[in-house]
Amino acid sequence: MGVSPSSGLRGWTRGVAPLALAVAVLSVLQLGLNAWDSYADGQAALGAEVFRPDFLVYLSSLVAVNVVLTVSLNIVNGMTGQFSIGHAGFMAVGAYIAGKLSFEVKELAISGLPHAVSDQVLFTLSLLAGGAAAALCGFLVGLPSLRLKGDYLAIVTLGFGEIIRVVVQNTPALGAALGISGIPQHSSLFMVWLWVFITVLAARRIANSSHGRSLWAIREDEVAAEAMGVNTTGYKVRSFVVSSFFAGIAGGLFAHFVPIINPGSFTFVKSMEVVVMVVAGGLGSTTGAILAAVMLTLLPEGLRSLFLAVGGGDASLAQKVDQVRMPVYGVLLVVLMLVRPQGLFGTKEIWDVLPKWLPRLPRAPNSPPARGKEAA
Amino acid sequence: MSGHPVLGSRPARPPQLEVSELHVSYGAIKALRGLSLKVGKGEVVALIGANGAGKTSTLRAVSGMLRPAAGKILLDGQEVTGLKANELVPRGMAHAPEGRGIFPNLTTQENLELGAYLRRDRQGIGRDAEACFKLFPVMAERRRQLAGTLSGGEQQMLSISRALMSRPKLLLLDEPSLGLAPQVVKAIFRTLKEVNQREVSILLVEQNAHLALSLAHYGYVLETGEVVMEGSGGELLASPEVRKAYLGE
Ligand SMILES: Nc1ncnc2c1ncn2[C@@H]1O[C@H](COP(=O)(O)OP(=O)(O)O)[C@@H](O)[C@H]1O
Ligand SMILES: [Mg+2]
Repeated sequence: MGVSPSSGLRGWTRGVAPLALAVAVLSVLQLGLNAWDSYADGQAALGAEVFRPDFLVYLSSLVAVNVVLTVSLNIVNGMTGQFSIGHAGFMAVGAYIAGKLSFEVKELAISGLPHAVSDQVLFTLSLLAGGAAAALCGFLVGLPSLRLKGDYLAIVTLGFGEIIRVVVQNTPALGAALGISGIPQHSSLFMVWLWVFITVLAARRIANSSHGRSLWAIREDEVAAEAMGVNTTGYKVRSFVVSSFFAGIAGGLFAHFVPIINPGSFTFVKSMEVVVMVVAGGLGSTTGAILAAVMLTLLPEGLRSLFLAVGGGDASLAQKVDQVRMPVYGVLLVVLMLVRPQGLFGTKEIWDVLPKWLPRLPRAPNSPPARGKEAA
Repeated sequence: MSGHPVLGSRPARPPQLEVSELHVSYGAIKALRGLSLKVGKGEVVALIGANGAGKTSTLRAVSGMLRPAAGKILLDGQEVTGLKANELVPRGMAHAPEGRGIFPNLTTQENLELGAYLRRDRQGIGRDAEACFKLFPVMAERRRQLAGTLSGGEQQMLSISRALMSRPKLLLLDEPSLGLAPQVVKAIFRTLKEVNQREVSILLVEQNAHLALSLAHYGYVLETGEVVMEGSGGELLASPEVRKAYLGE
């Protein structure tokens, strides 16, 4: 399906402008963070303790990884109407390939470049290698299973996720069950959120292109789409490969900010977590996927702080209260599905939905019309 | 020669579609066993037969939605056996599938646009959509309505219109009369005649033999995956066997 050159060019400029803006904003944030760190170091040398936002940065990285996972899975489960339940497997491929590569080259530096820049270049290359490996796996898994109609993809991706985990668990070079520690901590606030932007941009571009129209037709009725001349297998496989690529990137990012990666981080439970986020956001809605990933990542952490506070200073009581956290989280999800079975935004985007919700709220006169904030 | 009766004569026309010795299986079930048929340029050909005779399987094999186990399909004189639907649509084949297969959550207009999926001429697409609204005026009023909320007859009209949006030379129709009121069916068949007069060949599958044979220039009678009789529409309608088996006389 050739997009005509003029619309391709327009699309290109449309993509570059927000990306440039994102790079600028993220650079400022990152530089601010770096400055604060050196200030804190200076104060520490003087013996003064200053607040360090390390935990917040960690939390935001977790959120970012989950957003990349959810937005990319939504391309398959939401936009294309297929059902993949093995996203953690592709994440694992990216995490292990990128992590292992970085681990092996951590003593190396590209001559002529400042140390930090050289690190980020090598990191980016590792990430891309991890993403490419995951994409290749996506192709190998997707091609045979997506040629068929029906829910073969679910079974095959489930199997794939488990196979990857078992293989890693039994490969000493990958740390087996113990995992790999000591991967250089290259994931910065800048890098993780830059990839969030790239993923979201890619997802939106797919949705708005002729590719998106084809996926939409496949999701609506695969047989009819085929009769219209849609190359259903081709489009399904392509969207699955793109989705796997970004899952691999998410894994790579993850591997570079956690102290250790082991098979336990990439189980079926992780895959289901991502599926839940996609469904909660609304199958097919990119902004819904973003919002759900942010909320459902922060919610358990928020509940933890809340419940630990309820427990107060009593450590054992605090721990006991903390144990109800996951059940409460589950109940909240059930409630969401009862109240909005189509997910937060259904198949729509936030800017389609918000204007309809807002008039019900009392509005100040002359307030500007509601617009989506995520219009990346 | 095939061993079945051939009634009446058939004026020679250059062939639009030639199917020979087509075999289709679903696992162990043999749906078609050596079916052969021809559709001439500008001809309406009816394929009639009871439920399960293999009519839908024939259309699905011809339009590339399923791969035949054996046999040969020529479109416009070129072999297209085994090609997929997305390769056949640009060659002038359009299929309005059984059960209509419209996109329920899209509007009438959007359904039509998807029918022109492989076309790039925006203006031509717009003009053809207007032409469809002329062909079926009720649909013009339903332009912005979700297709899933249309009546059965309107959905069938949409399904036919959508197939026409790819500018086909050959239109495959699977039971367009199914479940519709007689007046609606009449309107649809009148329009099919109009479509055919614009040089679109039609291969029409129907259980309603009377209806199909009155429109068709030529017809084939299908039983358990084989042609058991063929002939001109009029001769088949008059034949005692057809009257007994398919017209309930
Ligand atoms: N998807 C399928 N799987 C298995 N058997 C099928 C399938 N579709 C059709 N058949 C069988 O093939 C034969 C021909 O079916 P079909 O082509 O649908 O007939 P018709 O359209 O004339 O009613 C029937 O015996 C039917 O049961
Ligand atoms: Mg049928």
